[in-house]
Amino acid sequence: MNPFSSGTRLRDMIRAIRTCKTAAEERAVVRKECAAIRAAVSDNDQEYRHRNLAKLMFIHMLGYPTHFGQMECLKLIASSGFPEKRIGYLGLMLLLDERQEVLMLVTNSLKQDLNHSNQYIVGLALCALGNICSAEMARDLAPEVERLLQSRDPNIKKKAALCSIRIIRKVPDLSENFMSPAAALLKEKHHGVLITGVQLCTDLCKASPEALEYLRKNCTEGSVRILKDISNSSYAPEYDISGIADPFLHIRVLKLMRMLGQGDADASDSINDILAQVATKIESNKNAGNAILYECVETIMGIEATSGLRILAINILGRFLSNRDNNIRYVALNMLMRSVVVDSQAMQRHRATILECVKDSDASIRKRALELVCLLVNDTNVKPLTKELIDYLEVSEEEFKGDLTEKICSIVERFSTEKLWYIDQMLKILSEAGSHVKDEVWHSLIVVISNAADLQGYTVRSLYKALQTSSSQIGLARVALWCIGEYGEMLVNGACMLAAEEPVTVTESDAVDIVEVALKCHSSDITTRAMSLIALLKLSSRFPPTSERITELIMQNKGNLELELQQRSIEFSNIILKHKNIKTSLVERMPVLDESTYMGRKEVSSQDVPAVKTSKTAPSEALLNLPNGVKKPPAVYMGDLLDLSSDDVPATKPSTNDFLQDLLGDLAVPVSSGAPLSGGSDILMDLLSIGSPIQNDSSLSNSVSTGAVNSSAVSSLASLSSLTSPSISVSPEASIVDPLRGMDQIKRQPPSTAPIVDLMDGLSNHVVSVAGSEKLDFLPITAFENNSLKTVFSFTKFPGRPQVTQIKATFTNKSLNSYTDFIFQAAVPKVH
Amino acid sequence: MGIRFVLMVNKQGQTRLAQYYEYLTLEERRALEGEIVRKCLARTEQQCSFVEHRNYKIIYRRYASLFFLVGVDNDENELAILEFIHLLVETMDKHFGNVCELDIMFHLEKAHFILEEMVMNGCIIETSKSNILTPIQLMEKAS
Repeated sequence: MNPFSSGTRLRDMIRAIRTCKTAAEERAVVRKECAAIRAAVSDNDQEYRHRNLAKLMFIHMLGYPTHFGQMECLKLIASSGFPEKRIGYLGLMLLLDERQEVLMLVTNSLKQDLNHSNQYIVGLALCALGNICSAEMARDLAPEVERLLQSRDPNIKKKAALCSIRIIRKVPDLSENFMSPAAALLKEKHHGVLITGVQLCTDLCKASPEALEYLRKNCTEGSVRILKDISNSSYAPEYDISGIADPFLHIRVLKLMRMLGQGDADASDSINDILAQVATKIESNKNAGNAILYECVETIMGIEATSGLRILAINILGRFLSNRDNNIRYVALNMLMRSVVVDSQAMQRHRATILECVKDSDASIRKRALELVCLLVNDTNVKPLTKELIDYLEVSEEEFKGDLTEKICSIVERFSTEKLWYIDQMLKILSEAGSHVKDEVWHSLIVVISNAADLQGYTVRSLYKALQTSSSQIGLARVALWCIGEYGEMLVNGACMLAAEEPVTVTESDAVDIVEVALKCHSSDITTRAMSLIALLKLSSRFPPTSERITELIMQNKGNLELELQQRSIEFSNIILKHKNIKTSLVERMPVLDESTYMGRKEVSSQDVPAVKTSKTAPSEALLNLPNGVKKPPAVYMGDLLDLSSDDVPATKPSTNDFLQDLLGDLAVPVSSGAPLSGGSDILMDLLSIGSPIQNDSSLSNSVSTGAVNSSAVSSLASLSSLTSPSISVSPEASIVDPLRGMDQIKRQPPSTAPIVDLMDGLSNHVVSVAGSEKLDFLPITAFENNSLKTVFSFTKFPGRPQVTQIKATFTNKSLNSYTDFIFQAAVPKVH
Repeated sequence: MGIRFVLMVNKQGQTRLAQYYEYLTLEERRALEGEIVRKCLARTEQQCSFVEHRNYKIIYRRYASLFFLVGVDNDENELAILEFIHLLVETMDKHFGNVCELDIMFHLEKAHFILEEMVMNGCIIETSKSNILTPIQLMEKAS
């Protein structure tokens, strides 16, 4: 006998495991036991097989691998004794890891046991089959199960019914065979058979429309009768739960009725009466009763019920909602969610109660209520609702603020009709929970501010006030910094006063002070500090008297450990010190951001969730990293064309169309901020942006770019000029085609080399090749790909018409869902 | 499909019984159990018995030192599951006589047999205590 397998009894093993003080000790015990069991398995130890399997089940429950026990299960199942079979089947159900070969091996044993003369063994086999059956097994064993459905023993019948559910889920084609036996089950008296039969019918309705049709005809009466029988029959203690006869059967029947009555007036008509009876008769002082009422209300809402019945259901809902028990309130909110489509008018009555639930101390209830509030918002109630929610934001728990902020922002964005209201609400949110506000939300706020010329003064002053009181909110700080940089003079001179506005006196140095605080505050992150630097640069030209102080502040970051800040600091101080003559035009106010472009892009980008985040390293560093480290496929870069991803420069991103203007207006921003990293289109734009300033003033190039960017930009000066010069872009059509042609050249490079590097190195030759030799064959590129959507661009060129490129976009839906309202938007830079 | 898993966990967060009605790998199960237990055990008596986690809804109930957690689909009746947990406990009580954590631990297979008579493939088979226990007691005598 094997020295190991003599070992411990199950009880002793559990004791040994329980006395373990650390996880390591437990692992050691388990390892020893597993070794013993393995040895017993290889010795084909008959005696202890039963006990070993019981041990394995325990070890499995603790979360250790037990796959080696599967064959033992098969052996036990094949043995003749009942106790062995029983533990064998149990082990099979628990330990199985869905490996096909094991399932194939067990099919034969199952078939034999299904035909066994002992009803308990048949029951075991049915139970195992119902829990683990695969599609293949379903096909092989369906006839046996069908036969057992007609058995006289209710215990066999009920298990066969549930087994059939598994079979038709695996192989829906088989549902035809089960339709009439299922309908017959509803005529039984045994509650176990009834509850399983009802579940089988419900599943058949889901599986095939024919079955639904058949069961509507043959089962509607039957299901009504079951409910009547339960409520009329005398007291049956076996199925009674706190005074209510078999609530479980009630609920299953009501579910089936929902399937039958959905969208069918006749079927709904025949169940209306019994639903009314259930809804009025069942008492609601016990959980079991409430469970039935809950299901009943859902069924009433789901079918073509009479209006009287609907009112009854909504009254029950109202009662639930005002209940003090949290469980009842939770399900009430759940019901409201589903009923809101049916009858939103009636739901509005409960608005105040729902709002109270948003403030509940229970996270589950809060979450439900918040979702519900978002469904209830409409144009008429949005203002009071938003006010309530924002007021609550002040006092809510920290962990809930994220969810709450997101929902409020989406409500405000969706329903805002006037800009002033929108800006006001956003400012309130930012000052309460600015750190939880998502980037795209404050980005779009900036777009709106930039478009609202008459509100800019008011906004910047309010932001200034808000920032003084809640400077720790990151989102608020960023928006405020951007606005102070852009509209600093309005802050000081009080232009565009609104009637209801309280005047504030802010001096120029006050404005610089608050930016300095943000720059130096320990809680500010790099992005915020970088934005402070830009704001300072802009203020230096808006407020000449403070220029010296600003220069000093900027210079302080010259030695900053963050490359991004260091670079900005050096570049900006160069601009201030050496290029006074162009500084004013350089830091002019940003051109108005194009709202429609931005909103359009936002929709597109919300489809592909994992937007590529711009890394915060400086361009030169990233250039070094890219070839070996960050290997982003070209697809990502192309995807970015439709995306907004750069964190750092909210201002440049919405304005692809105006990038050239941008460039002239605000040169420092796109080049120094790391935008070249963000995507193919941006790379292209940036290339142009490097090129054009050089054309304007080549002496600038040293302050604008560094490293590789610099040299390649200079070397390709000549070729770039051909891209940007008006000679190529004769017509608007050509101007659209041109950049894409350039892009295609980039993408044609083998994917193993990083696109950015290619772009820099091969800059001159690819542009030349565009202008010179015409290549007519272009490989298609994958423009965008995630798990649900793939977009491929293929290109055609026509000989003799080099300026025209025909792009064919093929969209492939990779998901199982069907897409509706699919919008494709392409942003293409203009070339002047 | 209704019920996706049934868990019994003690106050310390150790799993005492786990039955899944859908296939999850060992790692997924361990992670899921850990997350759920952390979420549910932290809740107070006054809070409702339902927790949403990933795409499950977890309905839980505490009996002395043991938590019963049932994971269900989104369209399952939460109150009914709550009642079902109570029925499960009553049935085990009837079988073991004042069931406790140790009974379940040391008679894991029996606890599974009881559950097997009540739920199969995520659907409820039987809700009468004596119907559930008759075959189990018969088998007990036989073996």
